[in-house]
Amino acid sequence: MTTFGWIDPVLRSARPQAIGALLRYFRDLDQAEEAFQEACLRALKNWPVNGPPRDPIAWLILVGRNVALDDVRRRSKSAPLPADDAISDLDDAETDIAERLDSSHYRDDVLRLLFICCHPDLPAVQQVALALRVVSGLSVKEIARAFLVSESAMEQRITRAKSRVARADVPFETPGAIERAERLGAVAAMIYLVFNEGYSASGGSVHVRKPLCEEAIRLARLLLTLFPGEPEVLGLTALLLLQHARAPARLDGDGAIVLLDDQDRRLWDRDLIAEGLALIEKAVRHRRPGPYQIQAAIAGVHAHAAKPEDTNWSEIDQLYATLERLQPSPVVTLNRAVAVNKVHGPATALAMIEPLAEPLAGYFHFFGVKGGLLMQLGRANEARVAFGQAIALAHTPAEAAHIRLHLDRLIKESQPA
Amino acid sequence: MLYAFLCCHDEAVDNSWTKEEDDAVLAKRHKVTERLAAKGKLGPAVRLMPTTAATTVRMGGEPVVLDGPFAETKEALLGFYLIDCDSLDEAIETAKEIGRDEKVVFEIRPVKLFAPKGIAS
Repeated sequence: MTTFGWIDPVLRSARPQAIGALLRYFRDLDQAEEAFQEACLRALKNWPVNGPPRDPIAWLILVGRNVALDDVRRRSKSAPLPADDAISDLDDAETDIAERLDSSHYRDDVLRLLFICCHPDLPAVQQVALALRVVSGLSVKEIARAFLVSESAMEQRITRAKSRVARADVPFETPGAIERAERLGAVAAMIYLVFNEGYSASGGSVHVRKPLCEEAIRLARLLLTLFPGEPEVLGLTALLLLQHARAPARLDGDGAIVLLDDQDRRLWDRDLIAEGLALIEKAVRHRRPGPYQIQAAIAGVHAHAAKPEDTNWSEIDQLYATLERLQPSPVVTLNRAVAVNKVHGPATALAMIEPLAEPLAGYFHFFGVKGGLLMQLGRANEARVAFGQAIALAHTPAEAAHIRLHLDRLIKESQPA
Repeated sequence: MLYAFLCCHDEAVDNSWTKEEDDAVLAKRHKVTERLAAKGKLGPAVRLMPTTAATTVRMGGEPVVLDGPFAETKEALLGFYLIDCDSLDEAIETAKEIGRDEKVVFEIRPVKLFAPKGIAS
């Protein structure tokens, strides 16, 4: 790190709290972002000379507020003053210092900021892009690269998303318990979306998208710091850590997908696994199971197995059964069928996924799993058909290439030697 | 005289480091600790998991188990044990055992990195 390299991480980590608080003051996302930007510029000038302030976040909020207020005052000479409720909480300067914001104070500010990004009218991709821009502070260029679109197209998308949420009128009062729980649920889902964008790489190279996974983990940890005793937030964070731990083994040198069974488990990140397992243990103590906790537990069972054949598939089967009860979905049943195949064999698994043909008619993995089961049962022709359907639905070259390997094998086996 | 060096840092900042930045800090420190180790002056070095992985057991009356780190500023950190436990439950039980009849607070933190290099005595 360079001599003043310490400032960048401080600004980066202060961003959610500072913008969250500035948003509460100004009630305008653009204004909050601008104020933060200006405060960062002053920090870069001031901190190297005077050293870091005792509370960098409070410093950035105070400076951001003052700069923006000066700006409002300057403009007010030529334009009418904004309505009082547009610049709320602007008492004397003493109150901010007295505030000496602790994490419980930031909690609802950060949650509100995250929640604004998960407006239900926004398509998933826009939610993710908005959160990456506003909360994480990634540049439009970085986000555009992750989504494989041009910078101007991404700029447009983010601008549109912002104007959509500006009209949404998210209340600025401290939320009640039920409202807070609802926000927490929406935000957790959005963070999981960010992670999945990076993890499943729908249409991009995984290499480019790895930062999205890391960003999602950072957001999950932030949420967990604010809500340390929420079992589902523990579960979400554990899930992301355990999934991400396998990232180094998921693709081979040519960028082809390596399935769990074939992965070099020595490449798994043991630090992330240990942390994920520790969080699951904490969550379990609450005895309030939820979908994230169970998915994390499933990832945990895989992480415990040093070799694929050590995997406790019947435990995974049971965990999926619980998940099916809590959150019934054809995708969950499909995943359970993979475990059932290992425990009870391909015939049972195939019978289990047969009713899913209709709801999962457009789902790549359905045909991949189906083809695999048919192949195991020696029904080569049907397997070929299923794999063909899978290829047609593949999102990435790596997905298609993986299925093509199966097809090639089937073709080779069907040809007389 | 033996000294304990307690590393204190803003965790949010620590968490926002990229893997490369984190590695760079470790590599930089390693140069120093390697020299100390060569002189036989380096004792165990411990890196803790984030405080989000912490559990706090508050003794005095009925023990209270809380998620998260011990955050009060009134009390100071006085020292720490490293104990091999099979599970979080066992760790909590052990803390209750050690702290019986005291008003002590134990923060139980899973250890991320343990480099048990002994002091040459």
